[in-house]
Amino acid sequence: MREKRTPRTSSRLEKILAEGHLAVTSECGPPRGSDGAVLEKKGAMLKGYIDVVNVTDNQTSMTRLCSLAASIRLKQAGLEPVLQMVTRDRNRIALQSDILGAASFDINNILCLTGDHQSFGDCKTGQNVHDIDSMQLLQMVRQMRDEGLFIGGDAISRPPEMFIGAAANPFADPFEIRVPRLAKKIAAGAEFIQTQCIYNMEKFEAWMQGVRDRGLHEETYILAGVTPFKTAGMAKYMRSRVPGIDVPDELVKRMSDTPKEKQAEEGITICLETIERLKEIEGVCGFHIMAIEWEEKVPEIVQRAGLYPRPDLEAPGQEPAKVATS
Amino acid sequence: MIRAITRQKTEEEIDRLLDGCARVFIIGCGTCTTLTHTGGEPEVLAMSTRLSGAGKLVTGHTVVPVACDHLTGEILSDIGSSLSQADVLLIMSCAFGVQTIASQLKMMVVPALDTLFVGKETAPGEYNEICTQCGTCIIGETGGICPVTACHKGLVNGPCGGTDNGKCEIDKEKDCAWTLIYNRLKELGKLDLMRKLQKPRNCLGEPSPGKFKIRSDGWGE
Repeated sequence: MREKRTPRTSSRLEKILAEGHLAVTSECGPPRGSDGAVLEKKGAMLKGYIDVVNVTDNQTSMTRLCSLAASIRLKQAGLEPVLQMVTRDRNRIALQSDILGAASFDINNILCLTGDHQSFGDCKTGQNVHDIDSMQLLQMVRQMRDEGLFIGGDAISRPPEMFIGAAANPFADPFEIRVPRLAKKIAAGAEFIQTQCIYNMEKFEAWMQGVRDRGLHEETYILAGVTPFKTAGMAKYMRSRVPGIDVPDELVKRMSDTPKEKQAEEGITICLETIERLKEIEGVCGFHIMAIEWEEKVPEIVQRAGLYPRPDLEAPGQEPAKVATS
Repeated sequence: MIRAITRQKTEEEIDRLLDGCARVFIIGCGTCTTLTHTGGEPEVLAMSTRLSGAGKLVTGHTVVPVACDHLTGEILSDIGSSLSQADVLLIMSCAFGVQTIASQLKMMVVPALDTLFVGKETAPGEYNEICTQCGTCIIGETGGICPVTACHKGLVNGPCGGTDNGKCEIDKEKDCAWTLIYNRLKELGKLDLMRKLQKPRNCLGEPSPGKFKIRSDGWGE
């Protein structure tokens, strides 16, 4: 079992990780409209099967209902949100302002991201901001929380109390800089990491080896990202069209060789096999299950992966799920 | 040598901008737009032919040596009536040239080109934007390659997750700035520099619009 750490915030995710449990997170993409009931419906599907839910911030640069309002709605529906924030659309004033807005609703988790380029979305001719980058956003939130100071140096009344996370892509090139880049994010303030979807297990294991060699797994919590394939077409698309995702040919072949009506089940099976292998890797503290437009499958994955029931923080003396120690 | 890189506007846009102007004088530039084939002699002649065919009266045309130079006003003033009788000047230079002429001649100007960037000729006939004049230069720590300019997101603390075999996720024709920086620093044995956490940019380096004046003691400030 992992050594227990002391949580610094009242984030449920941090408490679960600090206790030594394997955490389970998932994500919920806000709708392309103002119907908040869509969020409540997605939230109800996930509730009880995950510890916290990431709320994406105009992912792939498609204009959507904002992650802040969506996080508030999900919190009001009884889920604990992870507010995703990208630096693409807001300058440092707007980012700090939204962080305070989130903190006023006691949103206790934030994931600091750069964001996809606007050319992938519906406002291709728009201007990106990137006044600060994800690294600087991490540092800014840490300063706001730990020192109670705005980036400009003034004091904040009731500073935000957030568990601060970042993304890591172990698969993008050059591979050699991916561990040092994680170290830099940790130095900037990342307390938990959610990785890009993992399909190439050898490469992920090599990355984790590098992470452990530098002791980084003891300085942050690493949640391994998984996304089940729904179809062989999706596997092919992710292999060739999504930058920074590494899908080995044998997985694409395995999906393609499966009859169409059984591909969804095969995708779930692959995902469960991946989780089993990930459980054996020292330093993996949980799973970030990104079932893209397939949220209804998350409860099944969590149950079949042996990750259910989720820890009840109120109940004393519960033994954490087994984690690899080798 | 740095060059203003331009692209000709569409015929539709030029025609819309010239709407209501019957008499047009066309001015090209002998420097950057001649090199980029967007506003030299052949392009000026082609524009003249097209506009004449479209029913405009082209009162004359010329290619000035350096449109953004102070002397341009004098050169154009010497042309005389073919220029002064025009309703509008259609200018095939970069926006520096267009603004220079507009301020000197007090006539209506229409740019025929869009100014894309200030670039450097990196190979014959190939121009690249390598500096955006941000006012806070960090290339001493990035192996002499500017990520503010060369990265599509202007990231100063390393690459995003979309690096694709050394190319940018949004354009396979463009190199990933941070792969270039990594390779350069590796070659120089200075990979440690990539660890440095660059602070948020000081956008007050020179607030836009920039202004610079030589002081009375001869130094710039």
